[in-house]
Amino acid sequence: MKPRLVEVRQNVLKHNDQVARALRERFHRSGVFVVSLVSSPGSGKTTFLEKTLTLLRRDYRVAALVGDLATENDALRLARSQAPVKQIITGTLCHLEAAMVENALEGWEVGDLDFLFIENVGNLVCPSSYDLGEDLRLVLISVTEGEDKPLKYPTIFNTSDAAVISKTDLAVAVEFDWAALENNIQAVRPGMRVIGVSAKTGQGMDEWLEWLVALRTNAAGVPGR
Amino acid sequence: MHELSIAMSIVEMAEQESEQRGARVGAIHLRLGPLAGVVKEALLSAYELACENTSLEGSTLIVEDVPILVYCPQCRERRTLNSMRFQCPECQTPTPEVLQGRELEIFALELEEPA
Repeated sequence: MKPRLVEVRQNVLKHNDQVARALRERFHRSGVFVVSLVSSPGSGKTTFLEKTLTLLRRDYRVAALVGDLATENDALRLARSQAPVKQIITGTLCHLEAAMVENALEGWEVGDLDFLFIENVGNLVCPSSYDLGEDLRLVLISVTEGEDKPLKYPTIFNTSDAAVISKTDLAVAVEFDWAALENNIQAVRPGMRVIGVSAKTGQGMDEWLEWLVALRTNAAGVPGR
Repeated sequence: MHELSIAMSIVEMAEQESEQRGARVGAIHLRLGPLAGVVKEALLSAYELACENTSLEGSTLIVEDVPILVYCPQCRERRTLNSMRFQCPECQTPTPEVLQGRELEIFALELEEPA
């Protein structure tokens, strides 16, 4: 017997997208600006975030969710910033999903926050598929990683909104070629904003934070954004 | 490696359709874009695993590759990309405007009526 073909047209990640959409609406209603961070392991996400939380906390209400496969080390490090931090242990899962963010937020009043940061699991592949309801997806790449990384992982760079180049204090030691990396980023995501920072020396942190604060201010000015 | 959880979602969705329609699923047609963040080969082997001990055991996953389509603001044309460099293949103008290529969609099911 011949099979019959039935069109169904269903997005496989429909459930995640629905949860993410609900989260985004909730974040916008509450006036909290949400930033997610993706990168490979060891690119300095946690140090960058710790510094960001510490500096932003002076003027804004900030909190962070941090994904990790097995440990709570990152949450403990981030807690040094004195900001509220919650760990999401993903077990064998290599990325965060919207429902995990939703669960982690239980007991938190997001309306009490100006900025919420979501640190994804260190991975440049899997997180690209999952919308978390964030306003800004930030991809981090350190100067020690090699300038061709955007070409090797075009999807994560293309689906991100801005790039932070971290550990710029090591740039000279590793003969980092800024122009090459910038060109590669622009090849896979034309027009992307790129900011160089060193969380260690503080270089570039002002530019990053000013830009971030302006994004939130502009977003808040648009009704029903 | 998130292909297994994606394969499990595909199987789950197909099982629901299969139940609703009272027919066995022989094959699933999936549309996959290069920007979906899913590796086809990994998905295909994960699919077999995900089908085990379900009503879809023995079914086939047929993956249709969807090309990346961008809009070139210079030519004012839709262009198909053959690489991950986001520029117009005709005039080389960079373009971030992706019209297609993020698809991860069950497009159709091949249903076999119960005997």
